[in-house]
Amino acid sequence: MKLDDLLKHTSEWLKGTGPNSDIVISTRIRLARNLNKLPFPHWANKKQSGEALQAIEESFNKVDYLKKATVFKLAEINSIDKQLLVERHLMSFEHTQKTDYKAVAIEEEEIVAIMINEEDHMRIQVMQSGFNLFEAWNIINRIDECLAKELSIAYSSDWGYLTACPTNAGTAMRGSVMLHLPALVMTRSIDRVLAAISKLSFTTRGLYGEGTQATGNFFQISNQVSLGLSEDEIVNNINGLIRQIIEQEKQARELMLSRNKSLLEDRVYRSLGILKSARIITSQETTELLSMVRLGVDLEMVKDINRQTINELFIITQPAHLQKIENKKLSSNERDSKRAELIRSKLKI
Amino acid sequence: MLCNICAKNPATVHLTEIIDNQMNELHLCEECARQKSAQMEQKFGLSDLLAGMVDFDKVAKEAESIVPKCPNCGLTYTDFKKIGRLGCGECYGAFKKYLAPLLKRIHGSSQHIGKAPAVKATGRAFKKKQPDLQELRNKLQKAIETEAFEEAAKIRDQIKEIERKQPEIKK
Ligand SMILES: [Zn+2]
Ligand SMILES: [Zn+2]
Repeated sequence: MKLDDLLKHTSEWLKGTGPNSDIVISTRIRLARNLNKLPFPHWANKKQSGEALQAIEESFNKVDYLKKATVFKLAEINSIDKQLLVERHLMSFEHTQKTDYKAVAIEEEEIVAIMINEEDHMRIQVMQSGFNLFEAWNIINRIDECLAKELSIAYSSDWGYLTACPTNAGTAMRGSVMLHLPALVMTRSIDRVLAAISKLSFTTRGLYGEGTQATGNFFQISNQVSLGLSEDEIVNNINGLIRQIIEQEKQARELMLSRNKSLLEDRVYRSLGILKSARIITSQETTELLSMVRLGVDLEMVKDINRQTINELFIITQPAHLQKIENKKLSSNERDSKRAELIRSKLKI
Repeated sequence: MLCNICAKNPATVHLTEIIDNQMNELHLCEECARQKSAQMEQKFGLSDLLAGMVDFDKVAKEAESIVPKCPNCGLTYTDFKKIGRLGCGECYGAFKKYLAPLLKRIHGSSQHIGKAPAVKATGRAFKKKQPDLQELRNKLQKAIETEAFEEAAKIRDQIKEIERKQPEIKK
């Protein structure tokens, strides 16, 4: 697989399918794993970093899930491609910095991605469309079992998997669910929900738009605690919490439909109108309008656009994706016009 | 909701820290969160925890006079406090005395009960066994016999914890 091939298909997590995909965009689980006795990436010398990279890369050949994965060395790819991988949620922004001996392995469907020599020797992630924690856990657990047969993993019976930062020790597991909660935001109930979540040691982050602009209706919720709970307990805890949030969003949507249907329809169709006719549009405005249109699709108000098209637009209107599609560097102004053009072409009926 | 730092942009990054059962919430805009991000990883997670921990500070000060060092990777405890990252897996053993209270503070527990890695194909053995109930009960008996009551209390808690969690582990 070449990096450019990524553009030719939709990542698994953007398919807009899977359980509760009217509210849950995607589910992700990540495990941090380190090699026994070898210094962690930030503390390793060049030889040790090279050793870690080589050992990990070799082990992939023996893991079924990873046989079709391609390993990209970060030092060998340009900055737009690096950004592209971040926009597709295949690696972190941190991984684009100080790229020596850093790599990312990406499996064809983009379900599995493994960062090598990020904060830990390995950061394994599995992504699923919709609300699919158990499936994500099954896949990542199998990969982890296979890798552990090939590599000596840093582990202690007291503190579990040993990670560079003690906040990740134990299961070294983080489950995250990306939710679209426009009705909770519009009914101003979101602060109450977020406050309740934070009491339970979960963190919430937004979904970033371009640069410093942030977008409101997307929330990524993950567990904070990784030690003292089993993996099953962590999965069950997240599952229980997300179920409740989904229920609240559903209720808020029903409330809006029963009280303010025409107002809601107006917002949805105005948003769609702008997207279909704008000549210049920023990344932030795009995300806000797409969020409304997505709500319209989810409520079956808008019937001639499917969810996957909307999901895809969220990603391909991002800066690196636009520049890859146009195959050249674009200034911020140029991107705003190209973005509008791309959206019009995708929403043309 | 506006950003707690600049009070200009809408807050989109929401963070919570629980320190001494006190919840602190921070709502930041992306810009401020980015700026803080280097600190966030270390300060939010660690330094704040370190700072908030009186007893731990005392231990840490004692530690500075001895400066414990990981025999495997050479990282000192002072290095860890500065960079907020350990040097290798062996550091956990080398700094056990100081890390145990810290981990307890971060996670509310200092005993792993999740899965363990499979044994490497070459036959290299790992300490991967869960503390066994029978083993613990024997240890408890011994501790009581030798009047090591503090130790006994610890083992008793461990047993309770395992018994409490057992149904989930089996599943
Ligand atoms: Zn701010
Ligand atoms: Zn060490």
